[in-house]
Amino acid sequence: MQDSILCFQDVSYTYEGAAPGAQPAVRHLNLDVSRGEFVAVIGRNGSGKSTLAKLTNAILVPGSGSVRVNGMDTADEKMLYEIRRYVGMVFQNPDNQIVATIVEDDIAFGPENLGIPPAEIRRRVDEALREVGMYDFRFREPFRLSGGQKQRVAIAGVLAMQTECMVLDEPTAMLDPGGRLEVMKTVSRLNREKGITVVHITHFMEEAAMADRVVVMDKGSIVLTGTPREVFTQVPVIKAAGLDIPQATELAFLLNKNGVDIGCDILTVQEFVEAAAKAAEAAR
Amino acid sequence: MKIISTQGLTHLYSKGTPFEVAAIRDISVDIEEGALVGIIGATGSGKSTFIQHLNGILKPEAGKVYLEGRDIWEDKKSIRETRFKVGLCFQYPEYQLFEETVYKDISFGPRNMKLPQDEIDRRVRTAADYVGLGEEALGKSPFDLSGGEKRRAAIAGVMAMEPKVLILDEPTAGLDPSGRRKILKLIADYRVRTGSTVILVSHSMEDVAALATSVILMHRSSVVMQGTVEEVFTQGGLLKSMGLNVPQVTEIFEGLRARGLPVSDRIFTIEQGLDELLRFYGKEAVR
Repeated sequence: MQDSILCFQDVSYTYEGAAPGAQPAVRHLNLDVSRGEFVAVIGRNGSGKSTLAKLTNAILVPGSGSVRVNGMDTADEKMLYEIRRYVGMVFQNPDNQIVATIVEDDIAFGPENLGIPPAEIRRRVDEALREVGMYDFRFREPFRLSGGQKQRVAIAGVLAMQTECMVLDEPTAMLDPGGRLEVMKTVSRLNREKGITVVHITHFMEEAAMADRVVVMDKGSIVLTGTPREVFTQVPVIKAAGLDIPQATELAFLLNKNGVDIGCDILTVQEFVEAAAKAAEAAR
Repeated sequence: MKIISTQGLTHLYSKGTPFEVAAIRDISVDIEEGALVGIIGATGSGKSTFIQHLNGILKPEAGKVYLEGRDIWEDKKSIRETRFKVGLCFQYPEYQLFEETVYKDISFGPRNMKLPQDEIDRRVRTAADYVGLGEEALGKSPFDLSGGEKRRAAIAGVMAMEPKVLILDEPTAGLDPSGRRKILKLIADYRVRTGSTVILVSHSMEDVAALATSVILMHRSSVVMQGTVEEVFTQGGLLKSMGLNVPQVTEIFEGLRARGLPVSDRIFTIEQGLDELLRFYGKEAVR
């Protein structure tokens, strides 16, 4: 498992103050995320997704089992800084994670805390801003930015730490469709071009369809995992987990059920159009 | 009949400073009684500012808001009345739950209206029923509810005022697909059961396309279009240029037409899409 960057082994976690006898928030979870992989995590509210996210960089430490980040045990307090540098987090609400009054100061905040020399900070901030397409906004006040721009600033803040793995906990939940697209394009480009490992938690099935692998959680456990195609074609399992499938997949599923054979492994608009055109050809 | 109309509604932020910006500019719209109006627009387009004018939380810089034909600012003392008639449920309303029990929280609005005790009780139970919260939930602390239940309890608090117009700002944001479906269904049912007017601000084009009877499109502080779902969602190019989109199923039909398949360009929900394609392929629906 040398290329495993995140390794969950039989991890269970129960929140302090949970009612006696309450189910653990995550239980007996096993998950390996490889270096450079783009993993989407989906599951209903309360299924344990955010707990999983917080376990990745020692915001929470497993009650039993272990989480290793590039081989470092998150329960080992000596490794805390190194782990946090390695795994960066982006949260749902853009307004809760911006600390400075100028965009570039906000991005410098992390590296400054690491005691990095000023010239190196300057270089990292500029590079991170360019990576997310926010360089022209570096002197702006963050509160005047749109939601999508704020989230890109948050992502740049993570990049400036030279993070290898980015965990995003519903980063698009509060954004408009344009903002969602901005963030998803940025995330998938960073994954493809910079090889950054991505764990992306979302309620938007179209976003999950962009990942290399989808992990479906329910009641604290992983109930299904596979490529988006493998996962989203399990329509009954997905629906039982309180989730949805992309509209393209759903429409194909319904057509097949009604005797129109257009294949049942369709994920995107483009694939649907191709398959439907082919089926029309065949029917002629 | 029009229940709400606005004329030349304008609101400035940071007025008189170098940062002065128009949050909304010259908005004139009519909202029909009993309609379900979807408001769409990118972040910062003025949606929230606009709806806060409809029940007098914000006072217009210029222009008028008419509720049932009367200028809501004509008599300042009546503004309280306006707030009871036009109920506004903010984004993430569950953060505003504060009472010890769900029952008390839902009753907060009716209590403020100084209604008799038995009427308050009736309203709390009716509203709880609208949102699908049972008797056992009413006695709980709101903080012991799940995320979706909290959201529904907060919405019930506004419904319990029995407003003529219910305004919901992003009622499904942050919820999982099944929680979203539940909320959308209860909004549609509520409208049918009460006959009230509903205004729904949403970033989900799928939700607006499935529910709305008319759509208001906002862009950069102005209303650029008010029309039916058909009229608005056939403008895919315009919507995309404004940071929005069309439902994925609509995009599929745009793609099919671009490939030369003779299918309808008025498909906005999965059900419509399925019917249209079954017709196209000459199949009977078995479902």
